[in-house]
Amino acid sequence: MLEIKNLHVKLEEEDKQILKGVDLTVEPGKVHAIMGPNGSGKSTLSYVLSGRDGYEVTDGTATLDGHDLLDMDPEERAAAGLFLAFQYPVEIPGVGNMTFLRTALNAQRKARGEPEISAGDFLKLIREKAKTLKIDAEMLKRPVNVGFSGGEKKRNEILQMAMLEPTMCILDETDSGLDVDAMKLVAEGVNALRDEGRGFLVITHYQRLLDHIKPDVVHIMSNGRIIKTGGPDLALEVENNGYADLLAEAN
Amino acid sequence: MALPQAKEDALAARLESLTKPASGGWLSLARGQAEARLHEMGLPGRRDEYWRWTNPTTLISPEVTPAAPYKPTDEAPAFDAIDRVKLVFVDGVFDAAASDDPAMAGVEISRLAEAGQTDVHWAREMYGLLEAQGQSPVKRPLAALNSAYATDGVLIRVTGKAEKPVHLVYYHESETSDAILHHCVRVEEGAEFTLLESGPAAARFNKVLEVEVADRASFHHIRTQGRDHERRAATHIFARLGTESRFKTFTVTANGVMTRNEVVVELTGDDALAHVAGAAMGDGDFHHDDTVFVTHDAERCESRQVFKKVLRNGAEGIFQGKILVQPGAQKTDGYQISQSLLLDDDSQFLAKPELEIYADDVSCSHGSTSGAIDDTALFYLRSRGVPEREAQSLLVLAFLAEALDEIEDEAISEDIRGRLEGWLSRRMA
Repeated sequence: MLEIKNLHVKLEEEDKQILKGVDLTVEPGKVHAIMGPNGSGKSTLSYVLSGRDGYEVTDGTATLDGHDLLDMDPEERAAAGLFLAFQYPVEIPGVGNMTFLRTALNAQRKARGEPEISAGDFLKLIREKAKTLKIDAEMLKRPVNVGFSGGEKKRNEILQMAMLEPTMCILDETDSGLDVDAMKLVAEGVNALRDEGRGFLVITHYQRLLDHIKPDVVHIMSNGRIIKTGGPDLALEVENNGYADLLAEAN
Repeated sequence: MALPQAKEDALAARLESLTKPASGGWLSLARGQAEARLHEMGLPGRRDEYWRWTNPTTLISPEVTPAAPYKPTDEAPAFDAIDRVKLVFVDGVFDAAASDDPAMAGVEISRLAEAGQTDVHWAREMYGLLEAQGQSPVKRPLAALNSAYATDGVLIRVTGKAEKPVHLVYYHESETSDAILHHCVRVEEGAEFTLLESGPAAARFNKVLEVEVADRASFHHIRTQGRDHERRAATHIFARLGTESRFKTFTVTANGVMTRNEVVVELTGDDALAHVAGAAMGDGDFHHDDTVFVTHDAERCESRQVFKKVLRNGAEGIFQGKILVQPGAQKTDGYQISQSLLLDDDSQFLAKPELEIYADDVSCSHGSTSGAIDDTALFYLRSRGVPEREAQSLLVLAFLAEALDEIEDEAISEDIRGRLEGWLSRRMA
């Protein structure tokens, strides 16, 4: 379970407060969506939770299954079960996709005191997962995300998620840059991972992704706070009326 | 033209510290000619443009700066898992007991110290000739000194497809050893050969390797220069390539207070290919200079220069690389890249990439960059659970990948990669 309480975050380099008291709890098995206009702090929330440099937490807490996330290195957070699907997946020339995934999987296992996965088992596992995401063998051999199309990059994120089996998945604008078919494929990948032990936090601008990944709870974020929480209908309301009404209501 | 007095003095002092090896036979003549070249040039000096970024003082001094041998206990000997013929030199002295029997089908191996005494030997038509040719347009006095004073070396003539590589193993035992070795390799028409070299060789090592790759022949060279911190080395490779021949050389250097590796390649036959690559990793007191000169003198040849350096704690990396395309060398495909990964602000990389082109239908490119580890990539790896150190190592290896790709043989590539990973895991702490 992800529990965020009164989280205040500012940029390290400049005196700019981005998050101004976020409260949010994502239970296992649930899909929470965060929507909101540009600059509301959605992506910052995902970066802070995953441990990216450049942000300073000035107040509040964030825990995953009771462990203090903010006190951990990014790799420790990953081993504890947190996964961030990047809005802009990073290209790493020279590192093969397979090598990358195997290194990551084994590092997490090691951190949890589990034995490493054998080369044979790994190969079997990745082939099976890749197939459902329509990722071909060629893509697995290529350097991480290098020369991948936008859709391929996002599918590759979901493949990593499927391989690493986190308990808490954060999807940061996973729909951005995707056409409808690519979005469906990604959403299917995500839906296949939904189970009672796994929570999701889906960050998105648009309602359309939520047609494919059905949320249990929808939050509206604005100016560093969650200003409204509701059911799936709330996303439809945004789709129909935009954010203006909600923002006015909150003020 | 007479040399400046300072150069005369430096040369005289250096030659006084050397004894010319005894040689009757054909070698005497070659040595004499090399010495004459040397007297015309003098030794390299600080003011020579070609030595602008590498101070030659410790490479030309009469006395060797003492260098403690370093005995790593945390890695297997180089190329240990590869079936090969080992020829061992300790501080430049051949160690017959530690060496393998050099008999191999299609490969004729003799030692310079012995073969040089005879009247007739194939190497007579080769020894010092490529070196002499390589003295223009840029002078390489340390190579001429080598031809004149080399005490030993290996002469290899390959007439078929060699069944296994020859491995020259260099050990450094004495703190003050000053070794000069000169090897000649001739790969005859259609033949194939791989040469491996490993180890620091001596406190100070001067080595020349001359390689003649005949038409449709193939030569592959991989060397690792050992992990001794204090050793110094000046090495030259001179290669001449025939029609449709292939030449590939790759060097990995970790540590070493002073290294100057020069490679001089001349593509003289059409459709030949030359790849020259290196990966160097320096931590602290480390100066590493790759100086490369590739001349295209035939049509449709391809050349690549790929040099990568990983530097930290004040280490210095130098690259001087040139592609010269002679008139008539049409359809030349020349590529050159030199890059450094600076792991801190104290280290420096200096690069001088040069193209000189006298043909009008060629494609040549060059690039040089210096940068730090990509923070975004580092975070991406860590966010997937890869610990910081491991992620850094992975990114350093990724940086080196383009150079490592020049090693064709998988087993050799794995050996080199393992060594680099070891170095990184010890150093990235």
